Amino acid sequence: MSANVLHLDNITMQFGGVVAVNNVSLDVNEGEIVALIGPNGAGKTTVFNVITGVYAPTNGRVTLRGKVIAEDHPRGKMRKLYTGGHMYEYHHTVNNTPDKITKMGMARTFQNIRLFKSMTVFENVLVAKHMNLKANYLSSALHINVREEAQMREDTMELLRIVGLAEQRDEIATSLPYGQQRRLEIARALSTNPSMLLLDEPAAGMNPQETEDLSAFIRDIKDRFSLTVLLIEHDMNLVMDISDRIYVLNFGALIANGTPAEIQSNPDVITAYLGVSEE
Amino acid sequence: MTKVSSLTKPKKIDRGTLISIVLICAVYVLAFVLEQVMPSTSMLFTVLKKGATYALVAVSMNLLNGFTGLFSLGQAGFMLIGAYTYAIFTIPVAQRLSVYQYYNGGLVQFSLPVIVAVALAGLFAAFFAFLIGLPVLRLKSDYLAIATLGFAEIIRAIFQWDKIGILTNGSNLRLFPTFTDDFNIRDADGNVVLYLSTLVPFLITGVCVAFIVLLINSSYGRAFKAMRDDETAAEAMGINLARHKMLAFCTSSFFAGVGGAMLAMYANSVQAKSFTTAMTYEILLMVVIGGIGSVTGSVFSSFLFVACSEWWLRFLDQEQVWGGWKVPLLRNGFRLVVFSLIIMMVVLFFRKGIMGTRELPDLFRKRVKKTGKESAKR
Repeated sequence: MSANVLHLDNITMQFGGVVAVNNVSLDVNEGEIVALIGPNGAGKTTVFNVITGVYAPTNGRVTLRGKVIAEDHPRGKMRKLYTGGHMYEYHHTVNNTPDKITKMGMARTFQNIRLFKSMTVFENVLVAKHMNLKANYLSSALHINVREEAQMREDTMELLRIVGLAEQRDEIATSLPYGQQRRLEIARALSTNPSMLLLDEPAAGMNPQETEDLSAFIRDIKDRFSLTVLLIEHDMNLVMDISDRIYVLNFGALIANGTPAEIQSNPDVITAYLGVSEE
Repeated sequence: MTKVSSLTKPKKIDRGTLISIVLICAVYVLAFVLEQVMPSTSMLFTVLKKGATYALVAVSMNLLNGFTGLFSLGQAGFMLIGAYTYAIFTIPVAQRLSVYQYYNGGLVQFSLPVIVAVALAGLFAAFFAFLIGLPVLRLKSDYLAIATLGFAEIIRAIFQWDKIGILTNGSNLRLFPTFTDDFNIRDADGNVVLYLSTLVPFLITGVCVAFIVLLINSSYGRAFKAMRDDETAAEAMGINLARHKMLAFCTSSFFAGVGGAMLAMYANSVQAKSFTTAMTYEILLMVVIGGIGSVTGSVFSSFLFVACSEWWLRFLDQEQVWGGWKVPLLRNGFRLVVFSLIIMMVVLFFRKGIMGTRELPDLFRKRVKKTGKESAKR
């Protein structure tokens, strides 16, 4: 049994009376590719946003390599509105902003591509190196850290070669074809030297050929950078192809988890995706 | 260990940058020579001095609005702080009694060298920016603009408060020429041997703008631009939003403070009532006309703006008779009508300002590469 990397403990995310994520507990272990699937509006991206610190959970705890990165319990008027279970099991309040969580080694991509649109491909990846900058504000502004800057550029170029975007380095990021923009977003996330990568619908809008390339690409970077991957995806071919385990979310709650083969034959999952007849 | 391939090495100097540097040096030499040969009362020098001041403030505003994406309208407030700091610390000790005649010579009883006072002006402005920034930088777009605008007005009101007259001399501080003295170098008889009163503001602006350009092209500058393009993504890439916004805000305010000090030098007096919201709008106008996100554009448009409003359009304010024909409409205030029309034209036909996001070196590059890089030097 390999070590646990990410652990979600009874995560509930409630926006007022709306329960977006309901008592979700999941585990991602070292070196795994885990997929989170579910119909539209099931709360997958909300789970991502809780993990990466965009939202503080209403209740529950998120642990990254044994370190609590988010923990909270319902407070104030949420106490009355709260409908989930495990209330007051979590006594501490831990909040981390997304940048801190990225620094702890968890990087993400976005469902709707969020590249820096005025910047080149090269700069998009380079800017992610900024968080590890050792030079202080003044010496960076006066370009005294020549060596460090050169190293950053070198690393960035290396990364672009690995992901196959070296040719396009001076193009404006948003002028790239769609598939390459997705790839660039992954490259940018990799540039932060993560040990865990969260991919939010990496195959959205791709044709079958591109999707096939993508699954090879994800496997390749996973091995090369020894990553652990959690991904949200609608493309079942991709999901079944690359994931070791799958969690299925419906209306904010987990309804199944298991290997691709188990999930494919799970009646609950089939019902959630296809619906049941009224009869 | 740190082997750097030639491919990734940042190209030190290309053709466009080289031409730009030469051009900028030429401008400095020209300013210096003109100052020696032309009468110092010429309108040209007024425009150049004031233009240099506004250029710095416009670039500092562009750093915030154009490069960091923070829509702040507090520039006049920070200039006011800078101007007062400079004035308070540079009035010669001997003249403090006559300046602060109602306040027993005022609180500060020493004076500092010009360069120290200028640096202090910037630092004070940056310090106030830090204090204001703590609550205000959580706000976004229009709300930030309103909050900073409000701050500028509050600062102005405070400086006009007569209870602190011991510092501010009842909102009206006059510097005395013995100290600022236009920076001209004189011989023993008081004759000017070297005119430097235009070159010195030019140099201050040059150094400050060079710093801002270097900053924009540094790792921090890239982080600022990342925040402008997409805050959520920038934060996900490990950029601490609060810290970087504060850095940009304080840096911008520092240079606005220096600009305020330069305005005090130029005007030889400081009056709180002149640092109005209208002043911030003028600076914003320069930034917009020059191109949001272009340092070169801000500098160009500042000089153009000052030249138009102070010099080239002045004739519109006086009655003119051309060959026995009295030109209609020309009267006091007509200049502003024409000026507004010109601005409307610019905004209509140059949507992105004169320069867009291009910089000076981009003008000399053969083909416009879409690199989006700003390797400009002022």
